[in-house]
Amino acid sequence: MNAPKPFPLNAWYAAAWSHEIARELSARTICGKNIVLYRRTDGAIAALEDACWHRLLPLSLGHLKGDDVMCGYHGLVFNSAGRCSYMPAQKTINPSACVRAYPVAERHRLVWLWPGDPAQADPAKIPDFHWNDGTHWVGEGGTFYQLKCDYRLVVDNLMDLTHETYVHAGSIGDEAITAAPFDVTHTDNAATMMRWMIDIEPPPFWGRQLARPGRVDRWQIVTFQAPSVVVGDVGVALTNTGAPQGDRSQGVSGAFLAAITPETETTCHYFWNFVRNYRKDDPQLTRELQLAHVNGGAGVYDQDHRILEAQQAAIDKNPRSPFYDLNIDAGALWARRLIDQMVADEQDRVIANLAAE
Amino acid sequence: MAKPMEPIAARLRATRDLTPDVRLFEIEPDYPSAKVTPGSHIDVLVPIDGRPQLRSYSLVGPGGDGLYRIAVKRVASGRGGSVGMWRLKAGEPLTIFEPRNSFELSYGRPDYLLLAGGIGITPIYTMALALKQTDANFRLLYAARSRSDLALADELARYIGERLQFFVNEEGQRIDIAGEIARLDPRGELYVCGPFGMLEAAKRVWREAGRPAAQLRYETFGNAGKFADAPFRIRIPRLGLEIDVPAHRSLLEALEDAGVDMIFGCRRGECGLCVLPILEASAEVDHRDVFFSGEERATNGKLCTCVSRAASGSLTIDTPDQTRTPRHSQDVPVV
Repeated sequence: MNAPKPFPLNAWYAAAWSHEIARELSARTICGKNIVLYRRTDGAIAALEDACWHRLLPLSLGHLKGDDVMCGYHGLVFNSAGRCSYMPAQKTINPSACVRAYPVAERHRLVWLWPGDPAQADPAKIPDFHWNDGTHWVGEGGTFYQLKCDYRLVVDNLMDLTHETYVHAGSIGDEAITAAPFDVTHTDNAATMMRWMIDIEPPPFWGRQLARPGRVDRWQIVTFQAPSVVVGDVGVALTNTGAPQGDRSQGVSGAFLAAITPETETTCHYFWNFVRNYRKDDPQLTRELQLAHVNGGAGVYDQDHRILEAQQAAIDKNPRSPFYDLNIDAGALWARRLIDQMVADEQDRVIANLAAE
Repeated sequence: MAKPMEPIAARLRATRDLTPDVRLFEIEPDYPSAKVTPGSHIDVLVPIDGRPQLRSYSLVGPGGDGLYRIAVKRVASGRGGSVGMWRLKAGEPLTIFEPRNSFELSYGRPDYLLLAGGIGITPIYTMALALKQTDANFRLLYAARSRSDLALADELARYIGERLQFFVNEEGQRIDIAGEIARLDPRGELYVCGPFGMLEAAKRVWREAGRPAAQLRYETFGNAGKFADAPFRIRIPRLGLEIDVPAHRSLLEALEDAGVDMIFGCRRGECGLCVLPILEASAEVDHRDVFFSGEERATNGKLCTCVSRAASGSLTIDTPDQTRTPRHSQDVPVV
């Protein structure tokens, strides 16, 4: 049996932003599977295996014909369920001709795709990503497609924010993060890292967001949903105004959102957003925040991007498994434990699933 | 162009008779496949008259325990596969091939109609279980000659309950295919596996109802037609050949046995690669393919040599072999 992949297949993964999928063929690789996505005339999204049944030419090189895809080589046509509906030079259709159709659903402004067993694809299992809806929280994000690292390195990155002190110094990073204690808890499908920094000088970014003088309490409550979604509840409030007890009225709250989709075993698509619940009617601020995250290579996410790809390159050159771990890695290790459990369960199912007899 | 497949060593673990004519074979392969999906089949090398020949059988049940289950109906007049299978004893070694699926089930359709006739229940059974598990909207109509021919009836009744309806032909029950198709959601899919007549009727009604061809799914291993398998003779004037096709060999196999160069693809009557022109037929041609349309078959201009045959008598055909000198005039094999 092959070594298990580092990701489960029976899970919903972000495949695209909803606005990116229109009346044209969009190719993506998700969990090693080549997929073509498009929007049907009724508005629903279709996701098909991106290889013609006949000679394997990527269907994404063909074109849309109504709700169907026509292969750009010999004109075979497949409907949005993956069934061949036209074959050249014959009056019938070979009944075995089809390409795989992947379960797909739109929620929280993203397109989610299930690369595994379609019989198990339950939309109720789509991760809770409601912060991205664009309603109670606002913000515009983006995607680093084909980021050259194992998606788990991004999870590690987000589950331990001490890296902010060093990677993002001068914006969100400061010494207070490494000085403050943190707690890690977990359930059977989520892990949470919580850190409160009480009575500190706000770091430059948060000082500008709060726009009020004085010392603050700062929080970072980062939740991982297996296998690859991370939501970080972050913000600051004036100190001694009750934020740790739940009253954030004297502060500003944001959330960093990450849906990280394995592309291959060593590359991923990183759907990111930073949303806020203050100055929601300020599109100028929305644009500034989005820019601050990328900023032509100098933004916060660009800083991570550089680190993550360099880390993967180093791993490839110096394979050493496992990493050495520090206490700061507790959140990441719980996240990886949950991923490993999903992968193991999937392997077990293959072997232990009982026959009907 | 199918990928060449590696043979897999296996062992017949146990057998169990499901009906007087249908036997379940539990096969244990040396290397189980990771994932078997509803509609999959395996090819088995079956000893027929002392030489192993490939036969395809649908897998029964969800599997997943590393065993392959197939159900084989004993047909004395068939091409020998079933008789060869029925002779096998538990513990005997077998050669099989990796499961493949050419009858893939779509998930997430709003409605499904499953139609099974006789031994055609085998892939449909597995599909019904899978659809039940996903809470899909589906119905299974299962016809057989007699009540005792309803293989897997108890299991089906237990798993899918009211979604199942039996039709016992000798009690005068018939499936109203047109009526049932009319009840199906316009976006629904029809899956058929059963005798030739059932499939032909379903295809005709489906077309007449204006339903999209892509939503009718069926599988045929090309092993049943209008007539029982009988020996017949073929003549190929261009090559100066006369070949006897025994009841248990296909026309394509007989051509290959006689050294005629043929190209072929699926060997199940789907792709149309092994098609040859008919020059003259002394008896009715039993077209068992799904490559030609009904109109094309009616003209009797060509036939799919992998599955179609003459009911008896002889067929005069041509081949693409343009070699000037007949190469095969001597050594006409006695098969």
